[in-house]
Parts: sequence; C-alpha cells; structure tokens
Amino acid sequence: MASVWEVSTLLDALQRDLQARIDPQSWAMIGIYTGGVWIAEELHRRLGIVTPLGQLDISFYRDDFSRVGLHPQVKASNLPFAIDGARLILVDDVLYTGRTIRAALNEIFDYGRPEQVLLAVLVDRGLRELPICPDLAALRLRSNPDDYVKLRGPQPLSLEFVQHPATEQQP
Amino acid sequence: MMPWRMGEGDPQRDSEGRLRNLLSIEGLREGEIIEILDSAESFLGLGERTVKKIPILRGRTLVNLFYENSTRTRSTFELAAKRLSADVLNIAVASSSAAKGESLLDTVDNLLAMQVDGFILRHPEAGAAHLLARHLGERAWVVNAGDGQHAHPTQALLDVFTLRRLAGPISERVVVILGDVLHSRVARALIHALSILGCPQIRVVGPRTLVPPELHSLGVHVWHELEPALAGANVVYALRMQRERMDAQRLPSLEEYHRRYGLTAARLRLAAPDAVVLHPGPMNRGVEISAEVADGPQACILDQVTHGLALRMAVLARLAGGGA
Repeated sequence: MASVWEVSTLLDALQRDLQARIDPQSWAMIGIYTGGVWIAEELHRRLGIVTPLGQLDISFYRDDFSRVGLHPQVKASNLPFAIDGARLILVDDVLYTGRTIRAALNEIFDYGRPEQVLLAVLVDRGLRELPICPDLAALRLRSNPDDYVKLRGPQPLSLEFVQHPATEQQP
Repeated sequence: MMPWRMGEGDPQRDSEGRLRNLLSIEGLREGEIIEILDSAESFLGLGERTVKKIPILRGRTLVNLFYENSTRTRSTFELAAKRLSADVLNIAVASSSAAKGESLLDTVDNLLAMQVDGFILRHPEAGAAHLLARHLGERAWVVNAGDGQHAHPTQALLDVFTLRRLAGPISERVVVILGDVLHSRVARALIHALSILGCPQIRVVGPRTLVPPELHSLGVHVWHELEPALAGANVVYALRMQRERMDAQRLPSLEEYHRRYGLTAARLRLAAPDAVVLHPGPMNRGVEISAEVADGPQACILDQVTHGLALRMAVLARLAGGGA
C-alpha cells in the first residue's frame, strides 16, 4: 500500500502549533539537510522569523562513520547567528531512530550553548532507538522498519509512505 | 613472510579493491581523486567555525612518523588528525631511535604493540611507505608523506585541489612546472595527478641537468628556456631549489639559476593575465621565485597550506573510515 500526503496541510498544522509556542522576533530556526531544510524554509517564511535560517549537515557527526565511511559530498553547515543563549526550533522531515537528532544536537553544541531547543518534525514514524521525543509533529505514523517514508522535493513537496508487503498483512 | 592479502598485489588496496593506504598517485582512479577533493571541500568550511573539531576519528590513534624534517607537512597532518578528534603521536626519528640504529620496521612493531591505527610516514628512502604497507598488511594503514625522490601523494592532491578551486577546470589549463623536476617527488606526483585529471598540457622547465629530455616519457613537454614556456600558461608551479644540487655540480650558482629560471614579476607577465603561482614551500626567495611574485596577488602559496589541511583531513577520514 502506498499513500501520498499533501505536505501543505501538514505544514499548516506545524505552523499553527509553532505560532502558539514561539515568538518570531526572538526564536531562530535550523533545518537538517536535505528534507528538513525544505520544511524549515517554508516554515521560516510562513512564521516570519527574523533571524536568517540555519542549515545543518550532520554527516560529520553520524555514529555509523566507522561502518559506512564518509559521504563524499557533505554540505557546509551554516548557522548565521549566535548559538549561545539562542532559542532554537530544530526542524527535520522524518523522525525515525532519533540518531540524526542526536547528531544534530551534538553539532549545535559545538557552536555554543542554546537556551532552549524545540524539535519540530513533519512526520514521526516511531521506532526510536534513542530517548528523543518531538515537541511538534504534524503526522504520527505507525510504521515498520521495512516501510518506506520519504519526503520528496523541493518543488513540489510530497510525502510518500510505502508499506512493505510483508508487514501490511499484519493487523 | 607477513600474510599478504591485498587485492591483485596492489599495496594501496585491500582485498576488495578499496583504497586502504595512500602510497602514490599512480594507481589512483580519477573518480577516487575527485571524491577525495570533494570531501576536502566539505572539510574546508570547518576551519571557519569557532569549534574546528568533529568527532569522526574519536578514539583512533595515528602516528606521525617522520625520518626527515618537514614542519609544514608534519604540522598539517597533526592538525588534520586532531580536528578529526584522533589522538596523534609525533615521532621525529632522525633525533631518536634511528640514531641508535633501530630499523623502520622495528620502530613500527613497537608502535603496533601500542595498538595504533594508522601511520603517516616521511622517509628519505624511496619505497619506504610501500615497504611499511606490506609489513603492516591489514593491521594498520599508511599515508606516504614523502619517500625519497619517489612520491608525495597528499602534496599533489592539495595542489590539484588548489588548482581546481582557484584556477578553474584542470582539463582546460596549461600548467608550467619550473625547477628541479628530475629530483622532485612533488613534481612527479603532481604530473601524475594532473594527467589523471585530464590536464591538456604540462610543460616542465629548467636546465638540462635538472630537466633532462627523457622526462618527455612522462607525457610532458620539456623546455629549457623559461620565457617561451610561460606563454599562455594558466598555472606556474615553482619548485624549491635544493642547495645540494649546487654541491653535486648540476648548477653553477643560485644567482645564475635565478637569472635564468627565477620566477620574477616581469616573467610572470608573459603567462596568462590571471595565471596563478604555486610553490610547495619552503620558498627560497630570490632563487626560484622573487619576493615580489611570492607576495603578489597571483600567488596562492598560503592557500595551498589551508587547502593542504582540509585535503589531509579528507585523506585520513577516507582511510580510517569504513565503507567505500
């Protein structure tokens, strides 16, 4: 079974929830490459956040480096504001094991000590391997490790969820 | 005999053909060079951060094993390893065990007994890094940081990295290499790297004693007069003139060398207007290069140092990391 979600309605939900929690004058936003940056660009614009958007490539902080080696083209992380004392919204597309968020937090802390970090994701597909929980998630899916959840973009954005045939049969 | 299980007898590769050691440019594939340059590009941005360290080699131990002095190469390798969070042991053997007669392999065996993961070797004998790679097998990896007159692969990679960033596509550039090409591992490695990357014309220039016509076999154009060789050049690479060559009577004097082959501002004007000048350092100002050119706007010599750090991080990450 394959489902495709309209991303703009999911973004509407995230926008609404974030507007209730943050002040666009005093919060900054960071997107995680690649899908997280697409989502963050849209939210950053919609919320009218004043500080420029930050981008994070967490490849250098991955915990599987000794197993899979280095991705040859790592994009430069760009955090164009002071991290010390900042209030941050960390944005990713799909939250899965939690390892990407662990790596992102480690990298952010190499730049300074933020006052507060909120985690906003488009989809939480469960199956966490680390104690990480999103503050905001537009969609929560019950998935199996063999399922496929992927944000396609950048224009247009679409979210694809393909259930593995073997797991689809289960109740 | 050590167990030897590398693929097809190539000491640079493991049994699956992956790059295991970096010993020379010869034998590298174009795609591998480009991947290393691309990942050096990623590491370049790290130098601009307040915290310049990333965790990918945390817990690994690397040995900088230097049988010859080289402040720049040794310190950029050390810094590259430290920025990747590895622990680094610096051993200058000229001043320690070699003086007591301990052989390279005995020294290495002692270091292996300390559970090190990789070696960065600078040695006056050609082939020393290959010997070490064969001795180590799969116990640790090696980067050749210069062996006699043979090879110096990270220098060539940082040179082509600098050219790619500051001089444009190598497949469209005319490169002049000026000086003691015959004895230079830097020149040899650079010629190989440029050839693999499709450089359309490499000209080597110098006196017959240092640039003999046989160099033609490397696929380069041999010149003995500097001025005509500079016409249309996009890159001028000045090699360091070694004082030993005077003693061996291959050159009359440094003054005479400078008069005929020194890269001066007047001569540089014969090259393309936007030509860049490279030098592996340390420079002999007033011998192979004038101070005016060395400090001038076309010199990319300090960029080479910055790029060398990022490039060496890319090489260490490649050899120490798993995967492709």
